[in-house]
Amino acid sequence: MAFWMGRGKALSFETDDVRLHSRPGFYGLYAVSWIALPALAVSLLFSIAHIFNLFTVPAPMLLATTLGLGSAGLWFALSHINANFRARQAVEKVMRGLLFTAAAISILTTIGIVLSVVFESVRFFKVIPIWDFITGTQWQPDTAFLIGAGRTNESVAPPLFGSLPIFAGTFMITLIAMLVAVPIGLFAAIYMSEYASHNARGHLKPMLEILAGIPTVVYGFFAAITISPLIVNIAHTFGLEADYTNALAPGLIMGIMIIPFISSLSDDVIRAVPQSLRDGSLALGTTKAETIRHIVLPAALPGIVSACLLAISRAIGETMIVVMAAGLRPNLTANPLEGMTTVTVKIVEALTGDQEFDSAFTLSAFALGLVLLIATLILNIISIMVVRKFRQQYE
Amino acid sequence: MNNSTQPNNFISDEKKLRQKRRERADSRFHWYGLTALGLALAFLVFFFVDIIGQAVPAFYQTEVKVNIHYVEAAKTNYNKAVDHKLRRVVSRAWLRTLPVYLKRHPELIGNNIKQWVPADSRVDQYIKQHNGHGLKSKYQRIVDAMAEEGRIRQVFNIRFFTSGDSKLPENAGIFSAAVGSIFTLLITMLIAVPIGVMTAIYLEEFSEDNHFTRIIEVNINNLAAIPSILYGLLGLAIFINFAGVPRSSALAGGLTLALMTLPIIIIATRAALQSVPSSIREAAFGLGASRWQTTWHHVLPLAMPGILTGSIIGLAQAMGETAPLLIVGMVAYVPDAPDNILEAATVLPAQIYTWAGESLRAYEERTAAAILVLLTVLLSLNGLAVYLRKHFERRW
Repeated sequence: MAFWMGRGKALSFETDDVRLHSRPGFYGLYAVSWIALPALAVSLLFSIAHIFNLFTVPAPMLLATTLGLGSAGLWFALSHINANFRARQAVEKVMRGLLFTAAAISILTTIGIVLSVVFESVRFFKVIPIWDFITGTQWQPDTAFLIGAGRTNESVAPPLFGSLPIFAGTFMITLIAMLVAVPIGLFAAIYMSEYASHNARGHLKPMLEILAGIPTVVYGFFAAITISPLIVNIAHTFGLEADYTNALAPGLIMGIMIIPFISSLSDDVIRAVPQSLRDGSLALGTTKAETIRHIVLPAALPGIVSACLLAISRAIGETMIVVMAAGLRPNLTANPLEGMTTVTVKIVEALTGDQEFDSAFTLSAFALGLVLLIATLILNIISIMVVRKFRQQYE
Repeated sequence: MNNSTQPNNFISDEKKLRQKRRERADSRFHWYGLTALGLALAFLVFFFVDIIGQAVPAFYQTEVKVNIHYVEAAKTNYNKAVDHKLRRVVSRAWLRTLPVYLKRHPELIGNNIKQWVPADSRVDQYIKQHNGHGLKSKYQRIVDAMAEEGRIRQVFNIRFFTSGDSKLPENAGIFSAAVGSIFTLLITMLIAVPIGVMTAIYLEEFSEDNHFTRIIEVNINNLAAIPSILYGLLGLAIFINFAGVPRSSALAGGLTLALMTLPIIIIATRAALQSVPSSIREAAFGLGASRWQTTWHHVLPLAMPGILTGSIIGLAQAMGETAPLLIVGMVAYVPDAPDNILEAATVLPAQIYTWAGESLRAYEERTAAAILVLLTVLLSLNGLAVYLRKHFERRW
C-alpha cells in the first residue's frame, strides 16, 4: 500500500517538462522502508527487552507503538517525496544495509554456537577439573544428579567424567568408517574420472550421491536392524562373541555413508589435474594404471587428503547412526565386536533425559560438544589450507 | 629395418614377462575401480531391497470377521462387545472407539452384527509370518481356525497415513509427524531461504573485498562443516533456554534447522550468482542502472534456477535431519497433529527414531514403511532439483 502511495505521489509531480529523478518504483520502495524499518526495529527492541527480562510491553501497546511509528514514517516519507528527491540513492543504501544484516547473521550463528558451547562447558569444568575430564578412564555420571540436588553423602560414589573411553570409541568407529570409505571412495573416483565415459560418469556420480542423501536416521535403523544381527551371526560362525551394539556395524554403515564425500571431491580434484601431465607420462610408454598411480594421484594428493579430512570430520560428528546402532556403555577396548560409545551418543544421552539442566551430567554434553567443535574446526581449517595449496599449484 | 619384421629378436623373454606383468597390473587396477563402484552400488541395491521388503507388509492391515455384540454394557466396558476368547484377537485400539460410537448410534444396541474389524497387532504379525510376533499359542490356534473359515483378510492400511503415533501399533501412523515436518520445514524455508539468498547477494554483488568479507566467507565454509548435533546444542542453549521458545515445538526445530541449512543455501546461491557472466552486469551498469537494479532485474532472474536447486537440496537435507531435533526435544510421543508452531510436534525422521526403539515387532515394519515414505519424498525433492538444473541450465 505504502509502495503505491509513494509511487503515486511521485508520479503526480511528473509532467511533460518535469522529469522524476528516479524511477517511480523507487519512491514506492522508499515509503515502504520508512514504514517497515522503524516498526521492525521497535518490535525487535521490545522482544530483546522481553528476553532479557528487563521489561515486558503489553501486546496492545506494542501494536499501537508499531502502528504509530509506521504511520509517522509513512508521513515523513511522503512529505519528502518530490520530483528532485533522490529516492534511488536512499533505497540503495537501505538495501545494502539489509543485505549486510543478513550476511552478519552467519557470523552471529558461529558466535552463538561457540558461546553456547563454551559458556556451559566452563560451568562444567568448574565442577569437574578439566584434567580429569581429558585423562580419566571411567565415565560414571549416574550419581551426578545427587550433587545437583544437594544430596551428597558418603555412601554414594562420586560421579566420574573421564572421557577417554568415549574418545576411544569415537576413534574406533571413525577408523572403521574410513577403512571402508577411503578405498572404495578413492577407487570409485579413479574409475569415474579416468576410465568411465563421460556419459557413464554422468549417471554414476548422482547414483553414488544418493548414498549421501539418505537420512542418517535411516542408516541407523538399517545398521541396528539388519547389519548388527548379521555381524553377530557371522562372528558366531567363526566362534567369536559379538555384542548386538558392536562398533563394527555403525562403523561399516558410516563408511558407506561417507563414500560419496570422498569419491565426489576426489573425482573433482583428479579431473583438475592437467591433461598434459597424463599425456606426457603415457608418451613415455607407461600403462594407464602406472600413469594414474605415479603421476595423477601424487598430483591430486592434496585434494584427496583434504577430502579425507572432511570425511573424518563428518564421521566424528555423525550422530544418528551411532545413537541407534552403537552402545551406550563407554568401553576402553580395541575389539570392534564389543559395544562402544561415542561423543555424540553421550551428548544425546545427556540431553534427552529428564535431568535438571544444571546437573553436571547435562553440562557434560556441552563439554563434549566443545571437544567436537574444536576437532571439526581444526580438521576443516587444515583441509581448506591443503586445498588452497593445491589450487595454487595448478590454476 | 629388421626390427619391424622380426621384432621378437630384440625383446628378451625377461622384458616380455615384465610387459605382461605390467599389463596385468593395468587391468587389475581397472578392476579395482569397477569393484569399488560395484560394491557401493550393490550396497545401494541391497539397502533399498531390504527396506522395501520390510516396509511393504506395513501397508497391509489384517482384519478379522467377528461377531460384535452391541450391548448396553459395552458402553462402559468395551470388552463386553466381543466373545471372551476373541478379546486378544480384535484390535484394542478399535474396541476403545466403541463406547463413543455406541453413544452416537443408540439404535444399534441389542444387535449382533458380524463384521470386519482390525486385528490386534500380534495377530497381524502372526498372519504375516514374522518372527517375534508375540502371539500366544492358544490364540495362534484360534487365528488358524479363523483363517480356515475365511474370516481373515488383509486390506490396505489407510490408518497408517491418517492417524498419529500410538502406543498400540495397529493404530500408529505418520500423520502427526508429517504435519510436524511440514510446519518445521515451512519455518526453515521462510527463514533460511531469504537470509541465505540475501547473504549470498551481499557477498557476490555488493561487498568490497575487505577483511570483513573474507571473515564471513571462511566462516560460512566452517559452518557448513560443523556437525549438525552442535546446531542442536545452539538451539537448546539460545532458542530454548535463553529466548524462551517452547521445547519440542516446531518453531524451535525450524529455527535450529534454518541455521543449519543457511550455509548450504548461501554456498549454492553464490555459485549460481557467479555463473552469471559479468558482461550482463556491465551492460546494466552501462545503461545507468544502480547496483540494486542490476541485481534485482538482471542477475537474480538469471541465477534463479541455481538458487532454487540449492534451496531444494538444502531443505531436503533439513527434512531428513534428526540429531539437532533430538536435542531440542522434538523426539516426543505426539499422538495428535500440532495446530500451531508453538505446540509439541514431531517430525518424520524423529518418528522413525522413536519407532525404531520400540520393542514390539509390529513397529519394526512401520519404521521401515515410514522410512520408505521419507525416502520417496526426499528422492523426489532431489529429483526435482536435478530436473530444474538440467532444464534451466544455461551455458554462457
